[in-house]
Amino acid sequence: MKENVAEFLRRTILKIPLSEMKSILEAWDFLSEDQLQTINLKQRKDYLAQEVILLCEDKRASLDDVVLLDIVYTQFHRHQKLWNVFQMSKEPGEDVDLFDMEQFQSSFKRILQRALKNVTVSFRVYEKDSVWIRVAWGTQYSQPNQYKPTFVVYYPQTPYAFISSCHLKNTVPLLHQALKVASKHHQIVHLDLRSRHLDSLKAIVFREYNQTCENYSSTTSLQEASLSMCLDSKITHENTEEKVRVHRVTQETFGTYPQPQLEFAQYKLETKFKSNIGGGLLADRKEPFRCLVKFSSPHLLEALKSLAPAGIADAPLSPLLTCIPSKKMNYFKIRDK
Amino acid sequence: MSVLRSMDKLPDLNRATVLLVSTEDALLQQLAESMLKDDCASELRVHLANSLPLPSNVNRPRIDLIVFVINLHSKYSLQKVEEFLQHVDSSFFLGKVCFLVTGAGQESHCSVHQNTVIKLAHTYRSPLLLCDLQVESFRAAMARRLVRILQICAGHVPGVSALNLMSLLRSPENPPSKEL
Repeated sequence: MKENVAEFLRRTILKIPLSEMKSILEAWDFLSEDQLQTINLKQRKDYLAQEVILLCEDKRASLDDVVLLDIVYTQFHRHQKLWNVFQMSKEPGEDVDLFDMEQFQSSFKRILQRALKNVTVSFRVYEKDSVWIRVAWGTQYSQPNQYKPTFVVYYPQTPYAFISSCHLKNTVPLLHQALKVASKHHQIVHLDLRSRHLDSLKAIVFREYNQTCENYSSTTSLQEASLSMCLDSKITHENTEEKVRVHRVTQETFGTYPQPQLEFAQYKLETKFKSNIGGGLLADRKEPFRCLVKFSSPHLLEALKSLAPAGIADAPLSPLLTCIPSKKMNYFKIRDK
Repeated sequence: MSVLRSMDKLPDLNRATVLLVSTEDALLQQLAESMLKDDCASELRVHLANSLPLPSNVNRPRIDLIVFVINLHSKYSLQKVEEFLQHVDSSFFLGKVCFLVTGAGQESHCSVHQNTVIKLAHTYRSPLLLCDLQVESFRAAMARRLVRILQICAGHVPGVSALNLMSLLRSPENPPSKEL
């Protein structure tokens, strides 16, 4: 095993928390069951990494094998990356091709390697419906940097791909090109949708989140809500009707299912000053007003959902706030029409 | 509907009724529970309202005290209280209204300046109480205080009237400003 590969393996092992070490190494599926048994998981990570490197040296691990471990690690820690959503489209009237994984992989790899020469591209099919692609970038003259890779998660037969934020801006068009050609699409556009939670993004673009309880009758939960209000006879709620209305409106806009998890939404306003009182200094301004509003929360949509019931905002909320999952956007630009 | 009046109903025997008004639902509920925990000689009734005017189709007892709860973290709660105040009859402001302000402890979260609420309370000639309702012990102490005020407002304490109490509650260090 080359020195740089061993070093890459060592650093990857050091990244993995001890509590997940066993499951990640098992998911990697490179070392055999017996070899995994021999590893002492209760020692310091330095020694543990050394032990794994020795085992891998016996099995003549190549760079590709270690890269797979990095993919497995990223799959476990996918929320550490910021994911962007891309939608691809075909020309109208074009037939739907059958997807061939082999062909996709080889053509994806070929396009990147033709352009950059030094680039490591690896694939791992995950849970049968998606393929994880890891690209470590190099240039014509330098070796690929294994420590700052870009990840692409593509769902075959669908127009959607999720790409982790890339620090090399000039490689982005190339990556899009490769993805587009390999999956036989004609166009790729960036949806204004970003989050750390890959699964929630997936739920939003594939509209998975509201299928389960579409026909769920909300009357029972309403009754429960009003029941819990009247437990104490000494406390009288004067606005029960209003509360039931807020509850109903909230349920109509957000549904009863748990919301997909997003961390932020951003609204950019660029509009001319408008006033009924006419004229004035501001109305003559040619330049539009610029204003940026950012919302952030560990769980933004649930937070928005509870605004009205908590009495912090009027129900119904502004459609700008509630349209995030349906429009598949959390970055908005508001302009004059 | 319309204006809430203080003297249009006869009092019930030994019963004191408080109306807590705020958009902050959870805070009201907690405050109401703390008030009921406090044992006092009068029979307490707590009414919670998220908005005024109150719906007119219900028969409710005479209201002896209105407490407006304002959360300094939310401009909305202040705006709404300012709106609600227009639906309160002026006779209430003879000592039967008080403002309870919460959230001053976490200054970085405040979107309403304390002076704004001080001014509001002064405009309506009503006492302003400050308390961090999120902290349970503070809330319990405030609940006890409110219960005492309520008993006075309901006329259950001999020798002290609501108006009497209000003039006592006016703090000497900020005397009424010049516009008076």
